[in-house]
Order: sequence, then structure tokens, then C-alpha cells
Amino acid sequence: MTFVRPVFRHPESPTNRLGYTRKFYEGALSTLCAGCGHDSVSGAIIQACFEMAVEPHRVAKLSGIGCSSKTPAYFLANSHGFNSVHGRMPSVATGAYLANRDLMYIGISGDGDSASIGMGQFVHAIRRNLNITYIIMNNGCYGLTKGQDSATADFGSKSKAGIPNMYQSIDMAGLALELGASFVGRSFSGDKEQLIPMIKAAMSHPGFALIDVVSPCVTFNNNQGSTKSYDYTREHIETTAAVDFVPLMSEITAQYEEGNSINVNLHDGSVIHLSKLAKDWDPQDRHSAMNRLYHAKASGEVLTGLIFIDTETRDLHSLLNTTDTALNSLGKENLCPGSSVLEDINAALR
Amino acid sequence: MNPTNIKDPEYFHKVVDCQYACPAHTPVPEYIRLIAAERYTEAYMINWESNVFPGVLGRTCDRPCEPACRRGRVEEEPVAICRLKRVAADYKGDVKNLMPKGPFTPNGKKIALIGGGPASLTVARDLAPLGYEIHLFDEQPAGGGMMRSQIPSFRLPESVLNEEVGYILDLGIHAQFRTYVSSMKDMLGKGYDAIFVGTGAPRGRDLNDLPGRQEAGDHIQIGIEFLANVAFEHTSKIGKKVLVLGGGNTAMDCCRTSRRLGGEDVKVVVRSPKAEMKASPWEIEDAVHEDIPIYENHVPKSFVVENGKLKGMMFELVRAEYDEKGKRKLIPTGEPDVFFEADDVLIAVGQENAFPWVERDLGIEFDKWEVPILNKESFQSTLPHVFFGGDAAMGPKNVITAVAQGHTAAVSIDLFCQEKSLTEGRPSPLTNLIHQKMGIHEWMYDSSVASDLRYQVPHADKVKSLKDRLMEVELGYDDQLAFKEAQRCLNCDVQTVFSTSRCIECDACVDICPTDCITFTENGEEEDLRNRLSAPAHELDQDLYVSEELPTKRVMVKDENVCLHCGLCAERCPTAAWDMHKYLYNTAKAGGMKYA
Repeated sequence: MTFVRPVFRHPESPTNRLGYTRKFYEGALSTLCAGCGHDSVSGAIIQACFEMAVEPHRVAKLSGIGCSSKTPAYFLANSHGFNSVHGRMPSVATGAYLANRDLMYIGISGDGDSASIGMGQFVHAIRRNLNITYIIMNNGCYGLTKGQDSATADFGSKSKAGIPNMYQSIDMAGLALELGASFVGRSFSGDKEQLIPMIKAAMSHPGFALIDVVSPCVTFNNNQGSTKSYDYTREHIETTAAVDFVPLMSEITAQYEEGNSINVNLHDGSVIHLSKLAKDWDPQDRHSAMNRLYHAKASGEVLTGLIFIDTETRDLHSLLNTTDTALNSLGKENLCPGSSVLEDINAALR
Repeated sequence: MNPTNIKDPEYFHKVVDCQYACPAHTPVPEYIRLIAAERYTEAYMINWESNVFPGVLGRTCDRPCEPACRRGRVEEEPVAICRLKRVAADYKGDVKNLMPKGPFTPNGKKIALIGGGPASLTVARDLAPLGYEIHLFDEQPAGGGMMRSQIPSFRLPESVLNEEVGYILDLGIHAQFRTYVSSMKDMLGKGYDAIFVGTGAPRGRDLNDLPGRQEAGDHIQIGIEFLANVAFEHTSKIGKKVLVLGGGNTAMDCCRTSRRLGGEDVKVVVRSPKAEMKASPWEIEDAVHEDIPIYENHVPKSFVVENGKLKGMMFELVRAEYDEKGKRKLIPTGEPDVFFEADDVLIAVGQENAFPWVERDLGIEFDKWEVPILNKESFQSTLPHVFFGGDAAMGPKNVITAVAQGHTAAVSIDLFCQEKSLTEGRPSPLTNLIHQKMGIHEWMYDSSVASDLRYQVPHADKVKSLKDRLMEVELGYDDQLAFKEAQRCLNCDVQTVFSTSRCIECDACVDICPTDCITFTENGEEEDLRNRLSAPAHELDQDLYVSEELPTKRVMVKDENVCLHCGLCAERCPTAAWDMHKYLYNTAKAGGMKYA
């Protein structure tokens, strides 16, 4: 097994606005199973960060435990990282985000990490509206412990063990919509054309952005009868709309059909362009998004694409009215103003 | 695009760029791996089968393989293929008992070889084991042709040449040295079943029209004649001030030989800009290292002779200009002419093949440049049982080309003697595609890609080597350096073989490929496809490997150009849709013989 990637890259590798090639955004060589969907998601994150010309030292990647949570080792080697306790990534992210609002946060989790042990953490991170891109690599099983059904495994779906799942599944996108998430999307690891612009849009969104990515477990859950296999997903995939992300300061060059497309303008000036829209669906109307999602579930579709976005959202810092400055840039006199200030506060509360 | 036909023996052959570029198609990566494994004898035999003179070529080859080496596309310098070949020759064990051993059962056919150089010797090597009675004629006292007369001993020790020429002569060749064939007509009358002409390009060009040429007498010599005279010890010294005219490898050998025979102020003067010199870059480098300056853009104008004695030469200064077609013109700059003092001048401005001994009424036709008219595929002349090869056939090239043509001519002669067609049904190459999987994620080849830069070959001390023309300048790699250099090889013969039916389109290969070779996309015409791949694919001579249509209506397209053959696509492939297979390709030798 090869653990070291060759140092050579294509001699004509393109560079981004910062002059970096994609190599600068790569991580260590993956130790996940060959063909794991998670590696494709890592690849999409690398490509999205490269195309967005993200400065790697301005990114923090956080994760919990599981196959998915190993992946931050496999991308953005030049960024900050925190591999936290199982299911507790949202808490660590909350603390980091409150302390340093200047970083871009990428949370990586799996269906076990977020839908089971970390469910309590997950829902509160949404409620609080952290400014984070929260990616769930969702394979419907516990791959790291040999493929037991997870809480997102669909009712009746069979893993490699061959026993139909007898429990109802948790739909992470539906749950996020219910809880008031301001950006909800779903994608498929085998569809980078959709996943990459979605990650870029999520990184530009100033609030909690969930992308639930169907990411097949090639070892334990890619068999016939599984609803999270490559084949099943390809056969049942539906999209709300084709997603194109146009970052700030770039011209819209693509040609779109009139009538069947809309632009969603983000606060930072970038634009999400949606074309080939699904019927009776408005990405900025939570009600219609929920309807579309329930309809998909009822008809056995794997609905992907941007499902809902609220461009007027207020993230946790603005809700709490905290300082604009990251704590590590504040001086001691601001961070610890002394006992007389405390006395004043206490006096005001008496 | 249509799905790539990987059953075509040339498709994967082309991916092994070094082997494809080698005129004799030596399986380069195969022998480099053997060198890394310290299996020098086997490495030598693989070379011996293809190029017949591994020890000679490992020192003197023109290296068409190295500019083709894929390593040079992702890094600064190609693998030192040539010098690794020498390692195989230097460290090999006993090879004699691995070679065909006579006496061979005679097949009743007699072949004459005229000229004892690389082309003729190759024909001899290929035909003797098949039972042909081979008569070789050469005017020199020993075999080897220009390898003996024109390549100086400080580049190619005589012992190495003798050894490899000996392997061939020992196959029972009837060699008649010191025998100049002065009439083809006589030869034709001797009843040979076929005659092969490998007489090289023995005529060096002169500058007869230059003023002063005749008056200067024997202080002006033709380069290749000078080298031959040195090699056969007719010449042992030269003046202190030497001018060498010409920019090819012969000029480099002349100037470096002059330095060893007493030349202290040796200059090379070329008409063209340095960048257009025909000499191999490493030969130029070695000359410069021996304190020989090279003057570019100097066109010889006259020899300056005073009182019957050569004083030097006048040169006109020019600059090169190119028209739209890239054709060069040398335009005088108008600056005053330059005078260089000289005791001796060596003219190395080209050489040509010459056939004063071939009568023109025998049915062997020549074109207007006095070059024999040949079938390009079989090297058969217009007289059916006369064949040409090497420099004699197509004009001066190099040793490895002569060897390759020797193999081809040998196949032709063998077919001719069996009264078979020389063009249709020529034997196809012997190929083999061998699975390299040894276990999960384990390959039979060392797949990791070394990031080392090219290792320098150690040289002998300059002061010492300049004093002794027989002392070899290059010392060759030792086993440690050879190993490290061998590890730089990318194993391009280990092919990435794709199976459409197995692919589940998980993208793992696309994500892992360090050089972005792989793309899954909608099919299209080649020009369109090349613009839609993960990375630019401008190198049109590098093929695209296209799969059949996949379930998602896409195809897999792989640009072969900068594939590192690291095997990561196959390691990350969950279904073995990608697999690594070693591709062996050997051109057919006469009689289907295998030597390694």
C-alpha cells in the first residue's frame, strides 16, 4: 500500500488568484477504503477551496469520530484542524467560532457522529446559527465498526449483512429545515459537478450551512438492496436545480435558458445561480422546500441540490452582538478590563 | 472517440516512451528494474537481444530515449538511461553461456557482409544462430567499424569494444579483416545467397573551395580520418594550436582527442549558433569541461598560409535569421573578419556514404545523391539479394539506428532466403501483458515515485585523463548510485489497464491521480475532448486512452502524457477496474529467435 503521494503534479497545473496550485490544498494520502465516497467529498472540498482561492491559514476544519471525521487529514494540510470527541464537534466549533470569528469553519461529520451520538450537539448548532459549513458524509452505516445500520439508514435498506433495516430513518436535511437552518443542501459524492459549487456557496453563506452528502460506503453498504449505494443513488437521484456558484468579482459567463432559472444573491456579493428548477419549489421559501423534500421522500427519490437558503439570516455573533474583533486580536485591557468594571456590572444588576 | 484498442501492440508500446523512441526498441524499464535488483546479467542480456552492443552503447549512444523519457516532463532531467545500460555491462556476470553457442546446424545458405560495423555485426548476430554461413569483409584490422575508428578510447575503451565484437565473431563468423572490397561485381560472382552492405559513411566532407586549402597541405585533416589514424596509432601528436571546424559529435571527439595529443589551445568553431549544434549536449559539456572554447556564428573564409606553412584561419561573423518556415539564413554582421591562429585544422563538417566500389551496371540503383534506392521496410535494394543497412543505407545517423536497421535487414534476408515475401507478413513483435498484482494494494514493481534529481556520473581527474588518450573519462555509476538512478525510472511499461464493465464510477481514481490524468466525461471528438479534461492535454503525440461508454453515459478518458505509473488509481480502485499490467514488447528478430 502506498502511503506517500508522488511529489510531481501536472506541469501545467493551473494556479488560482493567490498563485497556489491545487496541490497546496491537498492533505495526506487517504487511508479509507479504496472507492470510499468520503475521498470524493475531500476532493470536492479541495477543488472548492482552490477555486475560491481560500487562504488555507484562514480555515479551521473540525471533526468528531468516524470514517468521515478522519477526512480532514486528507485535505487542506495547511489549515487549522481539530479532531474532537465523538459527536462533540459542534461544541468545539461553537467555542472556536466565538473566540475567532475571522476564520472560515468547515465541520466534517458523519451519520453516526451527527445523527446518533452527536444529535443533541447537531441540533443546537443549527439553532444557534454558527457560521460554519457543516458537511455530513452520509453512508447510512457505521463503516468504522464494520457496517451496522446507522440512524440515517432508510427503512428496509439492506447493508452487506443482508438484513433489512427495521427502523425509520432520520432525514438530516429535513431535520435541519425544521430547526430553522439557513442553508440546506444535499448532494452525492459521485456528482462533483453539483457538489463543488454547493460547497462554494455554503462557504460564502454567513450562517449555518448544512450539506448532507450521500457518500457510499463501498465496503459495507454498496450492495444490492442498499439505498445508499452508488447504483441506487444514481438510479434515484433527482435535483431541485442545477447549481452554479459565481463568486464575487467574477463575470457571469455561462449562458442560461430564460425563464427556468433564478439568481440568489448572497451578502458578500457572490451569486448562486439555479437553473432547470424543479416544479413548485422556491429555494427561499422554507415551506415549499419542506414540501419538495417530503414529496421526494414519499416517492423514493434521492433529492439533491440546494434545498433551502435564507439570505437574510443573522449568525450567532450578530445575535449576541459580540465584538467584531477576534479575541486573539484584542488586548489584555479589553479582554480583562479589571475588577472595577465587574463592580459596575454587578451594581447595574442590583 | 472510439474506445482505445489496447490489443493493438503499438498502443501500449507508445506509452513506454523511451522504448518507443529507441530505434531498436530496447525494453528500457524492464532492464532498469533488473539493475535496481542487482540482476545485472539479466539486464545485460535484455539489452544484448535488442541493441547487441550494451557496453558500447552504454557509453556512446546518442540516447534518443532520454529526450523521450517521461520523467523529463514532470521534472528537470530524464532518467540516465544510457549510463544505466553501462552499469549492466560493467557489473554483469558471465554472459557467454547465456548466448547462442555454435556450431549451429548449417542451413546451406551463405551470406556476405561488407563492412564490419554495428549494422553488419547485428546481421551476423541475428543470422548466425539460424545456421547461415556468414562471411564478413572489412578493411580495418579488427571489427567494429566506426565504433573502432571514430570513437576515441577515452570514451570507449578498446577492451569493451573487443569484448562485444568478440561475442558476435565467436558465433562462427568467417571474418576477413584488412580486406577492402573493391568491386561489388566480384562479390556478386561469388555465389552468396544474399549480400548485406554495411559500409557506413566513410567519406568526410572537405572544404576544398576555401582559399589556401591546397597550400596548407597535411596540417589540415579530415576529422574522421584523423580519429581513425589516432585509433590505429598512425598519428600520435598534433600542434599546440588546433582549430576544429564543425559542431557535431565528430568535432567534439576531434577537439578532445587533440587535447590529449598535445593540443593546448584547441578551439571549436561553428557556423551556426551554439543552440543548433548537432553534437549531443553532454558531449559539448565534456569538451567545454576540458577547456575547449566553442565559437559560434563564425563562417570559415580562408586558410592563411605563409611561406607554405599554415598560420591560421579567417572567419566571417554572421548572425542567424529565420524565415516564416523556420528556415535558417546566416547573414553577415558586417563586423571585421576574425583571425584565429592554428598549427593544425581538423575539418569535421559532415560525412556521407560513398560507393565507389559498387559498379553502376549491376542493377543496384542509386538516387541523385548517390544513395542506394531501398525498400524502406525491408532495406532491400533494387537488386533483390543485396541489402543495405546502417549509415550506408540512409546516410549518417548513429550506432543504435545501424543496429535497428541490421535487425530489420536480418529479418529480410532470412525471409528472402526462405523465398517469403519481405513486406507482407513480416513477423510481428513479441508482446506480453502481465498482471502485477501481488496482494491487496501490493504490486510486483516498486510503484513509489522517487523525487531524486538525476545523479551525475563520476568523471576521472581531468589532469590525469588529458595526459592519456586511452584513459576512460567517465567512471560510470557504482552500484549505489546506479540503484538510486534506477529508482528514478517511472516504470512506464507497467500499464494502467481499464476495464469498463468493472467501473462503478466512484471517482476515486480521479481524486487520487497526482497528475490529473483521468477524467470521466461525455464522449466527443478528440479535439473537443482534449479541451475538457481535468488538466490540459496539448501534447497531440501523446494518446488519449478512451473507455467504452459507462452506465452514466460518460467515458473514462486518460491522457497518457504525464501519467507517473504510480499505480495509485489501481490502488484506490475498489473493483480493480484499473489494474497494473507489465507490458513487454520485443521487435521480432530473424527466425523468431529470443536471446534474453
